[in-house]
Amino acid sequence: MDLVHLQRQLVDYRTSLYHEGFLDEQFTQLQSLQDENNPDFVVEVVSLFFEDSERLLNELSKALEQQIIDFKRMDAQVHQLKGSSSSIGAHRVQKLCIVFRNYCEAQNVEGCLKCLQQVKHEYGIIKTKLESMFQLEQQILNAGGSIPV
Amino acid sequence: MESCNCIEPQWPPDDLLMKYQYISDFFIALAYFSIPLELIYFVKKSAVFPYRWVLVQFGAFIVLCGATHLINLWTFTVHSRTVASVMTTAKVLTAAVSCITALMLVHIIPDLLSVKTRELFLKNKAAELDREMGLIRTQEETGRHVRMLTHEIRSTLDRHTILKTTLVELGRTLALEECALWMPTRTGLELQLSYTLRQQNPVGYTVPIHHPVINQVFSSNRAVKISPNCPVARLRPARKYMPGEVVAVRVPLLHLSNFHINDWPELSTKRYALMVLMLPSDSARQWHVHELELVEVVADQVAVALSHAAILEESMRARDLLMEQNVALDLARREAETAIRARNDFLAVMNHEMRTPMHAIIALSSLLQETELTPEQRLMVETILKSSNLLATLINDVLDLSRLEDGSLQLDLGTFNLYAVFREVLNLIKPIASVKKLHVSLNLAPDLPEYAVGDEKRLMQTILNIVGNAVKFSKEGSISIRAFVAKLDTLRDSKAPEFLPVLSDNHFYLRVQVKDSGSGINPLDIPKLFTKFAQNQSTGTRNSGGSGLGLAICKRFVNLMEGHIWIESEGLGKGCTAILIVKLGIPERVNESKLPYMPKMPANHGQTAFPGLKVLVMDENGVSRMVTKGLLLHLGCNVTMVGSSDECLRLVSHEHKVVFMDICVPGIDSYGITIRIHEKFTKRHERPLLVALTGNTDKVTKENCMRAGMDGLILKPVSLDKMRSVLTDLLEHRVFFEAI
Repeated sequence: MDLVHLQRQLVDYRTSLYHEGFLDEQFTQLQSLQDENNPDFVVEVVSLFFEDSERLLNELSKALEQQIIDFKRMDAQVHQLKGSSSSIGAHRVQKLCIVFRNYCEAQNVEGCLKCLQQVKHEYGIIKTKLESMFQLEQQILNAGGSIPV
Repeated sequence: MESCNCIEPQWPPDDLLMKYQYISDFFIALAYFSIPLELIYFVKKSAVFPYRWVLVQFGAFIVLCGATHLINLWTFTVHSRTVASVMTTAKVLTAAVSCITALMLVHIIPDLLSVKTRELFLKNKAAELDREMGLIRTQEETGRHVRMLTHEIRSTLDRHTILKTTLVELGRTLALEECALWMPTRTGLELQLSYTLRQQNPVGYTVPIHHPVINQVFSSNRAVKISPNCPVARLRPARKYMPGEVVAVRVPLLHLSNFHINDWPELSTKRYALMVLMLPSDSARQWHVHELELVEVVADQVAVALSHAAILEESMRARDLLMEQNVALDLARREAETAIRARNDFLAVMNHEMRTPMHAIIALSSLLQETELTPEQRLMVETILKSSNLLATLINDVLDLSRLEDGSLQLDLGTFNLYAVFREVLNLIKPIASVKKLHVSLNLAPDLPEYAVGDEKRLMQTILNIVGNAVKFSKEGSISIRAFVAKLDTLRDSKAPEFLPVLSDNHFYLRVQVKDSGSGINPLDIPKLFTKFAQNQSTGTRNSGGSGLGLAICKRFVNLMEGHIWIESEGLGKGCTAILIVKLGIPERVNESKLPYMPKMPANHGQTAFPGLKVLVMDENGVSRMVTKGLLLHLGCNVTMVGSSDECLRLVSHEHKVVFMDICVPGIDSYGITIRIHEKFTKRHERPLLVALTGNTDKVTKENCMRAGMDGLILKPVSLDKMRSVLTDLLEHRVFFEAI
C-alpha cells in the first residue's frame, strides 16, 4: 500500500480512538516518552498492560465465581486494573473500573458481575484496537516511512 | 861708413807700392782697433751671450793684430832696432794669441751651430702648435654649434618643430644655401620632400628610394658628398652658375620597438630619412671635415629627438585612451550598480509582497484541509496547497539564488543525522514515485557515519532536488540512491578536473549517486543543465513544472559545501546518473546511535534535565511503574524500580535523591515506609526526598502524607512536563505538594 495512504490511515485511526473515548491524553504522554532510546516503549508498556489486565480479569472472574466473594481482594485487583488502565490512558476501561470499585465497596455482586462483563468487553475492544494500530505502525515502518505523531 | 842698427826695408820708401801698403796697414790697424770696440759695445748690450772670455780672447787677438799692423807703419822707412823689436814682439804675441784663438774656435763653433739648430726646431714647433690651436678652435666652434643646435632641437618635443629647427640652425651655422629633409613615405618606396629651409611650403615632390646615390648615403653613417645633379639635390631652380657642393646624410627613424636595452647603439631600423645640405653656389667654399662631422652629429641628434617625440606622442595617446576607457568603465560600473540595486529592491519587494499572500493561501488551505471535506473538495484543496507550496518554493529558490550569487548566503552548519536525511528524502519522494509506479531504493554504505556536520536543510534540499528530478524525468523503471564515503581514488576519477579534494582528519566526502532509468539526457546538453533557467526542451515534457533553477541552486549549494555535482548520461532513453560529492565534517563526539532500551545509563539527548539523578520508584502496579519509569528515564534519571515496601526499604540508599511511592495501593503502608525511611536516614541531607504518587484527590491524603513526613505529593496522571517541573521544584525547595 502507499506509504502516505498508510500514514493517513494511522492518523485517522488514532484520532478516531481519541474521539470515541477509547484513549485519553495519557496515551499521548506515553507516546511522547518514546524516543530513539526507547523506540518500542509504547508497545512494551501496552503489552505489559495486556498481560496484567488479562491476569487480573481472570482472577476477578474466578473470584466472582466463588461462593464467598472476597470483596476486599477484588477491590484491590480492580484498583490495580484501574491504575494500569489509567497509566495507559485506556479511558473507558478506567471509568468502568471506578464503577466496579463502587460496586465492590457496596458489595453488590450483580453489579460486579455486570461491571466485569463490561470491563472485559471494553478491554477486548481496546486490545483489538491497539493491536491493529500497532500493526499499521509496523506496516508503515516496513514501507520505510516514519510514524507520524 | 858708419854701421847703424837701423833696419832698412827691402824696397825704397818712396816706392808706390810701399805707399799703398802703408795706407792699407793704417786702415787695417784702424779697423782692427774699432772691431773690438764694436764687439764690446754690442756684448754690453746683450745680456745673453755666454762666451765672454771667448770675446776677450778674440778682442785681444784683434787688438794685437791691429797693433802689429800699426807698428808696421813704422817699418816702411828706416827704423831703429827698437821699433823692429817691438814689431817682432807684437807679431810674436799676435801669433800666439791667434793660434790659441784658432784652437778655441774648434771647440766653440759646433756649440754655436747647435744653438742655431735648436732655434730652428723651436720655430718649427711653434708653427705646428699654431696649426693645432687653429684646429682645436675650429672643433670647439663646431662643438658649440652642435650643442646649440641640439639644445634647440631637444627643447621641443614636437616633431615638426624639431625638424624645422634643425634645418634652420644648420643653415645658419654652416651658412648653407639650401637644406632639405626627405622623409620616406608610408609605403617605404619613395622619399618625399618634407621640409626645406628656404621654401616655405614644399610641394609633395617624391623620389624613388632605390636610387644608387640614395643607397650609398643610406649604407653609411657618414655624410656623403653627392653630385648636385642627383634628383635629391635638385632643390633650387636651375642656375646659371656653378651650384655649390652638396652633402647628404642619413637620419635614422627609430621606432619604439627599436629600443632594446642590449643593442641600443645599433640601429636595426630600416627606415631612414635623407638630409641634403647645399653650400652657396658661386662661392668657392668646400665642405670641410669638421663641417661634415657637424652634420653627422646633428643627424644623430635629430634621430634621437624624433624618437623621443614619437614616444611621447605614443604615451600621450595611450593615456588619452586609458582615460576614455576609465570614463567608460566608470559609467558601466555605475550602471551595473544601479541595476543591482534595482534588482535587490525588486527582490526585496517580491520577497515580502509575494510571500505575504502566499503565506495566507498556504496557511488557510492547510487549515481547510483539517476540516470536514468531501473527497472532491479535499482533492481541490490539496491541489491548491500543492500549487501554492510550489510557488512558495519558487519564490524561495529565486531569493536563494540571488543571495547565492551575491555571495551573501552562508551555510548553517550543525550536527545532524545523515541517515535521517536520506530517510526523509525517501519518505518525501515515495508517494510520487509510487504514483508513477517507480521503485525507489536507498542504499547507505555501512561505513557512512551516522552523524555529520554540515547544513542539513540545504543538503536535503539538494538531494531532494536531484532525486525529484530523477523521478520527474522517469516514466517507468526504478531509481536507486546510493550514498557512501568517497575514497581518494573515486574522488579523482570524477569528470571534474578542476575539483581538487583535500582530505583531512575531521572531514569526509559524501558521495551520493542517483541513478534513474528514465529518458536520459543528450551528452551535449549536459553542460547546460546547471545554468539558470535553461530547460531541456528536447524531452518535450513541458508540463514538468519547475523553473529550471533547481539544478543551478543545487550546484551553488554544492560549491558552498566545497564539493562537486555532475550528471552522466549515455544518451536519450538510456537513463542518467546524477553524482554529488560534498564535504561534511565529522562531529567531535560521536553520539551513540540506537541504544537498546535498557535501564542502564543512556545518554539522552535534548531532554536531559536531570542527568543521572538517582531515583527509586515504588509501585506495585507493573504498568504504572513502567510508565513512571519511562517518564523519569526520559528526563535522564537513573531509575531503580521496586515492587514492594520491603524491597524499597532494602534498596533505598543515600545515593537515591528522590523516592517516588505510589500510595494509592491498599495494602501498602506507605506511611509506615516513610517513617522507616526517616529512621534509617538520620541526617537530613542523606535522606532521599519522599514523594507520593496518588490518584486520590482528597485533602485527607495530603494531610496524611504531610504528617507522615513526606516531602511531596503528585497527582496522577503525571505528564512529562509536570514531572519535569515537579522535580525542578523539588530539588530546589526540597518540598512539593501539589495543590489539590
